[in-house]
Amino acid sequence: MVRRHIISLLMENEAGALSRVAGLFSARAYNIESLTVAPTEDATLSRMTIVTVGSEDIIEQITKQLNKLVDVIKVMDLTEGAHIERELMLVKVKAVGVGRDEMKRTSDIFRGRIIDVTEATYTIELTGAGSKLDAFLEAIDSASIIETVRTGASGIGRGERSLKV
Amino acid sequence: MYQNSGVLVVYRKAVHGDSRIALFLFTWWQKGFLFFRMGIRKRPFYRDFLTKTGQNDYPLRSTNELIYCQFMEATGAEIVVRCLAEEGVEFVFGYPGGAVLNIYDEIFKQDKFKHVLVRHEQAAVHAADAYARSTGRVGVALVTSGPGVTNAVTGIATAYMDSVPIVVVTGQVPTPAIGLDAFQEVDTVGITRPCVKHNFLVKDVKDLAATMKKAFIIAATGRPGPVVVDVPKDVTAHITDFIYPDTVEMRSYNPVVKGHSGQLKRAVQMLLDAKRPMVYAGGGVVLGDAAEQLVELARLLGFPVTNTLMGLGGYPATDKQNLGMLGMHGTYEANMAMQHCDVLLAVGARFDDRVIGSPAHFAREQRSIIHVDVDPSSISKRVKVDVPIVGDVKNVLTDMLALLKQAKDRPDAGALNAWWAQIELWRSRNCLKYNKQSPIIKPQYVVEKLWEVTKGDAFITSDVGQHQMWAAQYYKFDKPRRWINSGGLGTMGVGLPYAMGVQLAHPEAQVACITGESSIQMCIQELSTCKQYRIPVKIVTLNNRYMGMVRQWQEFFYGSRYAESYMESLPDFVKLAEAYGHVGMRIDKPEDVEAALKEAFSPALKERLVFMDFQTDQTENVFPMVEGGKGLSEMILAEEL
Repeated sequence: MVRRHIISLLMENEAGALSRVAGLFSARAYNIESLTVAPTEDATLSRMTIVTVGSEDIIEQITKQLNKLVDVIKVMDLTEGAHIERELMLVKVKAVGVGRDEMKRTSDIFRGRIIDVTEATYTIELTGAGSKLDAFLEAIDSASIIETVRTGASGIGRGERSLKV
Repeated sequence: MYQNSGVLVVYRKAVHGDSRIALFLFTWWQKGFLFFRMGIRKRPFYRDFLTKTGQNDYPLRSTNELIYCQFMEATGAEIVVRCLAEEGVEFVFGYPGGAVLNIYDEIFKQDKFKHVLVRHEQAAVHAADAYARSTGRVGVALVTSGPGVTNAVTGIATAYMDSVPIVVVTGQVPTPAIGLDAFQEVDTVGITRPCVKHNFLVKDVKDLAATMKKAFIIAATGRPGPVVVDVPKDVTAHITDFIYPDTVEMRSYNPVVKGHSGQLKRAVQMLLDAKRPMVYAGGGVVLGDAAEQLVELARLLGFPVTNTLMGLGGYPATDKQNLGMLGMHGTYEANMAMQHCDVLLAVGARFDDRVIGSPAHFAREQRSIIHVDVDPSSISKRVKVDVPIVGDVKNVLTDMLALLKQAKDRPDAGALNAWWAQIELWRSRNCLKYNKQSPIIKPQYVVEKLWEVTKGDAFITSDVGQHQMWAAQYYKFDKPRRWINSGGLGTMGVGLPYAMGVQLAHPEAQVACITGESSIQMCIQELSTCKQYRIPVKIVTLNNRYMGMVRQWQEFFYGSRYAESYMESLPDFVKLAEAYGHVGMRIDKPEDVEAALKEAFSPALKERLVFMDFQTDQTENVFPMVEGGKGLSEMILAEEL
């Protein structure tokens, strides 16, 4: 069954580390929906969250191939257990006339924050699972959207479940 | 190269004043060493020093023992050369160029290893690869930046596909010039990334020694493979303290060595319960030096064995239990037994498309599969397995043997006899028979005669195509590491450089390169290298004036439209060989084949390269054959055409 998986991994924070992962996905024709990466509290480590879609066999191969990369320290499929997923989106929207109040209300409903304002625009910051961000974009008038930027999902295990060296 | 070196002596206070130290220092002073730092240092200093060089701790061998390390301020180029010497490298295959001139200058000054100047960088990597395949040690190649690297890529990819441990040191433009489209600049780490086990760009000379150590460790352990170390020219000139660490810890790299004991028990029980067992042994058995354990296991159980192309020699070919090679051009008996067995033990093999054909067809028959491999990602990649065992093949087979010897059960003799009776029936098809009465030289006949003349004890390298398959089918390899070919990538042109690497590693051995008139031309320039280093390999060219395997597919699948597969304007190979100072022979008749081979391998020509140009049957095809995408048991046999 083809499902969406969130794979978390820890790797050495070295030059070219990202390209090894990205290259692996393209060379082996695996899907990649989003990929986020940044150093952890230990600056020698990078934590990466990859959202991918595939059958169980493919996901098994993806985790094995990722583990095989010499720079990769640990790999975990977050979707195998309870987990939390968050994504940040910044949306610049037209905010004029009656639409201006309506936009503010919709943003509030989605717990968005308006972080920049001009006479004609709002820039809204919104955090949540990818589906919530999608829902927000559905809820507002698509013609009012000037620009969107999304970080891709970051994920972490629930409870005691953790990924560390 | 030691002019600017010093000696760091570190020892515990227990030996303070020990005369051995004085003697030691005196000896080094006598040898003309200049001491930069001398005196007694405490362990913490030493520890800092080692940490700086990428090592966390250094074990004191004993409290009273003198601990010392040769310590010197060295340039990056000296460090590269010293590291190679420390690794016990015998040969470096390479080609100089701007970015590696500092390294070559250090090579000039040393005598620890021999540098072999090839005529094209691709051959350098192939020769290093063959050195590694035939000895089990890490092969080393050295090339310059830019075109040196791009030429080497084919060699690196070849080694990667066949999991061969090599270290390739590549020159790079100076660090300030990286990214500025400098002369002979190429993104080496980027360009080689998909075809190496790992690669490094060394930007700081302080990291160089530890990186070299890592490269050798990564290349040789786990599933072996090529490692590239890219060294910018300015780094080869920079100076730092040099120490070569004994080992380097890598938290992200810990290949599994031992098989899981629970899985081992399950596997052993499965083998003992088998009615129609089969052992399928791949290149991992050869690379993992597990041939001895495989033979013991197969003989203990009385099970049939098949080898993959990469695994030939892993189980003796002349042994009755060996069914020959399996796969696209495997024997009838091996492919049938593979398809119809009920328990399959796969060892160091990866069920690739040339071996099992269509996975769907393969899965039609019910069978339980035990898969032993050092690389977890090889398991359940193309075929679902029942008992995966990740570990070093030699360790796993050793553990399996111990369990089998303890076990009270034995395989069901009746069932095994019935299975062998079935296999013998398949074997009686004699699928490798060919027309021995032909007035034109049959390529198979040449290989058979080569086997006889060399008493089955030669190292055989091959290129890629029909001749490669005939070599695999008709030269019966009884020992591992004797069959050197490009199985995974299928690189035409490897044969001659492979033969060079093997012959240099085994100067007394008979080395033959079975090739075709098309393949040999892809690295023909190496005849010059063979001349320079007096490498007396014997080249057996099965010359049918066609890219034979391409022609065969065009005959079968493209209505005999031989598009661009005829080799026009071939050189006179005898004259060509002579032009390079070698011995050339042209053989036109079957009755002359044996005499030519005997002459080539005679003591009179022991020191000479002999180029034998056998004019073989243009229409001969490789059988049996499983068409691409077909099932393993759907073979075309010679008699059926």
